[in-house]
Amino acid sequence: MFKAEDTLKIASLARLAPSQDELLVLTKDSNAILEYVRQLETLDLTGVQPMSHVHGVTNVLREDEPEPSLTVDEALSNAIDTHDNFFKVPIIIE
Amino acid sequence: MPQDYEIVIGLEAHVHLSTKSKAFCASSTQFGAAPNTCTDPVTLALPGTLPVANRVMVEYGIMLGLATKCEIRRSNRFARKHYFYPDLPKGYQISQFDEPICERGSMTIRTAESSRVIGIKRIHMEEDAGKNIHDPHCGASYLDLNRAGVPLLEVVSEPDLRSPAEAVAYLRTLRQLVRFLGISDGNMEEGSLRCDANISLRPRGEMSFGTRTEIKNINSFRFVEKALEYETVRQIKLLKSGRSVVQETLLFDSQTGTTHPMRDKEESSDYRYFPDPDLPPLRIPESWIEEVRSKMPKLPEQRYHDLMTVYGLNAYDAGVLTAEREYVDYFEEVFNHCSNAKSACNWITTEVFAKLRKQGSNQPQDVVKAAHLGSLIRLIDQEVISGKMAKNVFEEMTSSGRDPKEIVEKQGLKQITSEGDLKTMIVNVLERHSQQVGEYLAGNQRVVGFLVGQVMKASSGSANPKMVNQLLQKELDLIKQKNKDS
Amino acid sequence: MTEPALLTLTQLRAGLDRKDFSSVELTSSCLKLIEKHADLNAFIEICEEQALAQAKHADSLLAKGETSPLLGIPLAIKDAIVTAGIRTTCASKMLQNFIPPYDATVIQKLKQEGAVIVAKNNLDEFAMGSSSENSAFGPVKNPWDKKRVPGGSSSGSAAAVAAGLVPGALGTDTGGSVRQPASFCGIVGIKPTYGRVSRYGVVAYASSLDQVGVFGRRTADCATLLQTIAGHDFKDSTSIQQPLPDFSANLETDIKGLKIGVPKEYFEEGLDPQVCDAVKAAIDKLVSLGAQACEVSLPHSQYAVAVYYIIASAEASSNLSRYDGVRYGYRASNPSDLQDLYCRSRSEAFGIEVQRRILMGTFVLSSGYFEAYYLRAQKVRTLIAEDFKRVFENDCDLIACPTAPTTAYLLGEKVQNPLQMYLGDVYTLPASLAGLPGLSLPCGFDSQRLPIGLQLIGRPWDEATLFKVAQAYENATAWKTHAPNLG
Repeated sequence: MFKAEDTLKIASLARLAPSQDELLVLTKDSNAILEYVRQLETLDLTGVQPMSHVHGVTNVLREDEPEPSLTVDEALSNAIDTHDNFFKVPIIIE
Repeated sequence: MPQDYEIVIGLEAHVHLSTKSKAFCASSTQFGAAPNTCTDPVTLALPGTLPVANRVMVEYGIMLGLATKCEIRRSNRFARKHYFYPDLPKGYQISQFDEPICERGSMTIRTAESSRVIGIKRIHMEEDAGKNIHDPHCGASYLDLNRAGVPLLEVVSEPDLRSPAEAVAYLRTLRQLVRFLGISDGNMEEGSLRCDANISLRPRGEMSFGTRTEIKNINSFRFVEKALEYETVRQIKLLKSGRSVVQETLLFDSQTGTTHPMRDKEESSDYRYFPDPDLPPLRIPESWIEEVRSKMPKLPEQRYHDLMTVYGLNAYDAGVLTAEREYVDYFEEVFNHCSNAKSACNWITTEVFAKLRKQGSNQPQDVVKAAHLGSLIRLIDQEVISGKMAKNVFEEMTSSGRDPKEIVEKQGLKQITSEGDLKTMIVNVLERHSQQVGEYLAGNQRVVGFLVGQVMKASSGSANPKMVNQLLQKELDLIKQKNKDS
Repeated sequence: MTEPALLTLTQLRAGLDRKDFSSVELTSSCLKLIEKHADLNAFIEICEEQALAQAKHADSLLAKGETSPLLGIPLAIKDAIVTAGIRTTCASKMLQNFIPPYDATVIQKLKQEGAVIVAKNNLDEFAMGSSSENSAFGPVKNPWDKKRVPGGSSSGSAAAVAAGLVPGALGTDTGGSVRQPASFCGIVGIKPTYGRVSRYGVVAYASSLDQVGVFGRRTADCATLLQTIAGHDFKDSTSIQQPLPDFSANLETDIKGLKIGVPKEYFEEGLDPQVCDAVKAAIDKLVSLGAQACEVSLPHSQYAVAVYYIIASAEASSNLSRYDGVRYGYRASNPSDLQDLYCRSRSEAFGIEVQRRILMGTFVLSSGYFEAYYLRAQKVRTLIAEDFKRVFENDCDLIACPTAPTTAYLLGEKVQNPLQMYLGDVYTLPASLAGLPGLSLPCGFDSQRLPIGLQLIGRPWDEATLFKVAQAYENATAWKTHAPNLG
């Protein structure tokens, strides 16, 4: 059973800060969905390979050839906060 | 060093690959470009962009695996590693998790005392993050994404290293290896080689490991040693005072020479790895491995042995010349032009290295062309010029870049080897120094050296010293004979 | 010239080539209709200026006697597909001001063919939803009944085509997002085989499931559209090098002897009886045209909803990690520190359904739960795919079933119950998980005059058979003559 604090923990991992109201809704919905997906537990999956790709293709590779860069202006054009030719964020404390 | 404790160190080294384009897109990997000028929609992780893996990155991975005697995983794949950090545009790093490209290898390191085999646990491919510049004054960090997406190989050692010095030797050997392979410039200062170190202590004789700490992002050989030494002392103090080491991630402060705990990147470090659905898995058939093997240059270890067995150099010289691939390549080319290994080695390790140190370079070809140096050595061996003259010619070669033969011809620096010319010079000298000749006749052998010096001086150093010696002795013998006869 | 936009793509092609009207006239007509029916809320961005310029260019080529299937044809694009210089929002506050510096591969292909991009369609935020009610720009209305949902997540694309505002549109389909709105809006929509169309420039929701699909009022229109956008793209590692058949060339061929599998599990509890009857009648019709029908079993399809919500949420939580307010997108004002910037930007800009899926996805990938949820779901996905493989190897050439269990429901009807909403995708999810092509086409109306969709599912890379069967059915029935009354 998911509790509100579990939701908060996961939310923090996902960098989400739901409001108190949203938290209640999300917790309730999460429980309903997790309860629903429990049906998968009834299956015997011994020897079944997980399907992480649809087609069996392998070795899709590109040659090592550089192409021209975006201009700095293009690169920064959608950023809200920049400084000179950099993206800007609140200071990172290590 | 502690007698009662054994130090256990494992290193995770990040090797920047010298591909032209990034790991998963065609953006340039140029070092030192102006901020945010090596980007494309994929690097910026713009909505809708997708990764495509760089073939050369995979081949470099196979190559380093072969060079470290790893098993190449025939089936391997990329995984996403999630954490939020401004320099990580997608919010996840494309890496490898449960299926790395190489596993279970080893590397031999040589320290002053011995040579030891260090286990390599795994090597995996991943992409680098961007660069942050912190401005505490403004409370801001600035972000340059040029480096984001540059391909890396993460080389994880077994906890087989037993001292900070060994850790450094391991890193130097790895650096040497990747430089010989030509897959990275291995430059720690430019961040092409970075390392995280795990260190723990245990009482000697104890089999199980103690609690370890991890020191992140060390960027010079000196700091690796200093950080590990500091951490050894810190852990010993804790253990001796009956306290315990806390498992934590530390940062090394090169200003103070100390380590301090890092602010946790992710409270729980839950990276939520899963296979990247955008990137189909890799299957590496034997044929591909063989193809890479055939393209692989000789390894430093092999060349070190070749220098001793094929060229007859001693272990010390072989070690010096294999410090860089450029040195041993250069040596072999010089040798090909003069067939004198000892002389080639001496010239390179003294004269050429002195110039390199002055220039702060490691490209001997920039000092003087190997063909030219070889030709200079041959001129000495053929006694066209003396060793002393050769020094001057060498200086001239480095400043003008000209062929030594040309310099010798133009400046008339050719050694005087004509018996007649030398005899005239010797007779002149003996006439001018009758006093010393008298002393010689009285039995003072030591004046011979003085007289040879005078002949050399008279020839401005261009007389062949060996011939001068012989001819002078002949003249003196003649005078002695005449004296006896009269 | 009266309302050329209401003609089919094939008719428009002929009209343009005959110079009955110009592309500029046609495009202006579309723009007028779009404006007139703004109440449908099918669009987020109208690209009038660029569209007219493109139309003018197309006219200059047409004047020189050039032609190609889409030259001068106005189209609308789901706003989850990136368009250079044109705002691309994904119906999210997160991207409300995002102007991409590049074109998606499918857009490049459309432009190369001379198509005219008139507008960007409304959708469920980040393509997560089945009703458009998750759009930050408000819900789209179903042209057949404006109190009802048009389906989703390609809601605006389906509604615009159904309402005759544009002759065709591009959508994306992750778990049914082209087929289900096609069904609710009474038009044709196809999601091709996974890997048939490049995903480069398609804002990622669930990478192992996302595919671009197309909408038209006729099967032939969809064939033409898919032909243009399909094909391998080296920028998408999951797009596959496969021969591309000429879809239009084989449309009018006989379906005699084709074996149609009817999966019994798709006609059980939860299926609206009127939908059930219409779909069964459609299958009977196909049999009367010479096809054979046989009952098949896809026993693991019942797990598709559970599997889908684990896998799609996991991939979504990962794909949406890039929205951090740093390089683009919404950024919370005056963040106190880095974490505050991240958390507030994301929570303030993502709607509740997007946050719900990010949370679910983060949870199923988190340490200690990965095996129990994500890995298990991937294994069941294998079983679902193997079911299809088996029936296609042994029993049939294609599968016919309902597209959705009901017709369009009322706006607001399922908003409070996300799980109920998810269950509406029960018939489209299995083909998505197996990576198979699926086509939905109109096969009747319920008692409230709401369209019902027939879903055809094919073998990998066999879109041609789906088109062929759909065309045969379309030729033999008159549903296509019905159009919504927009008032």
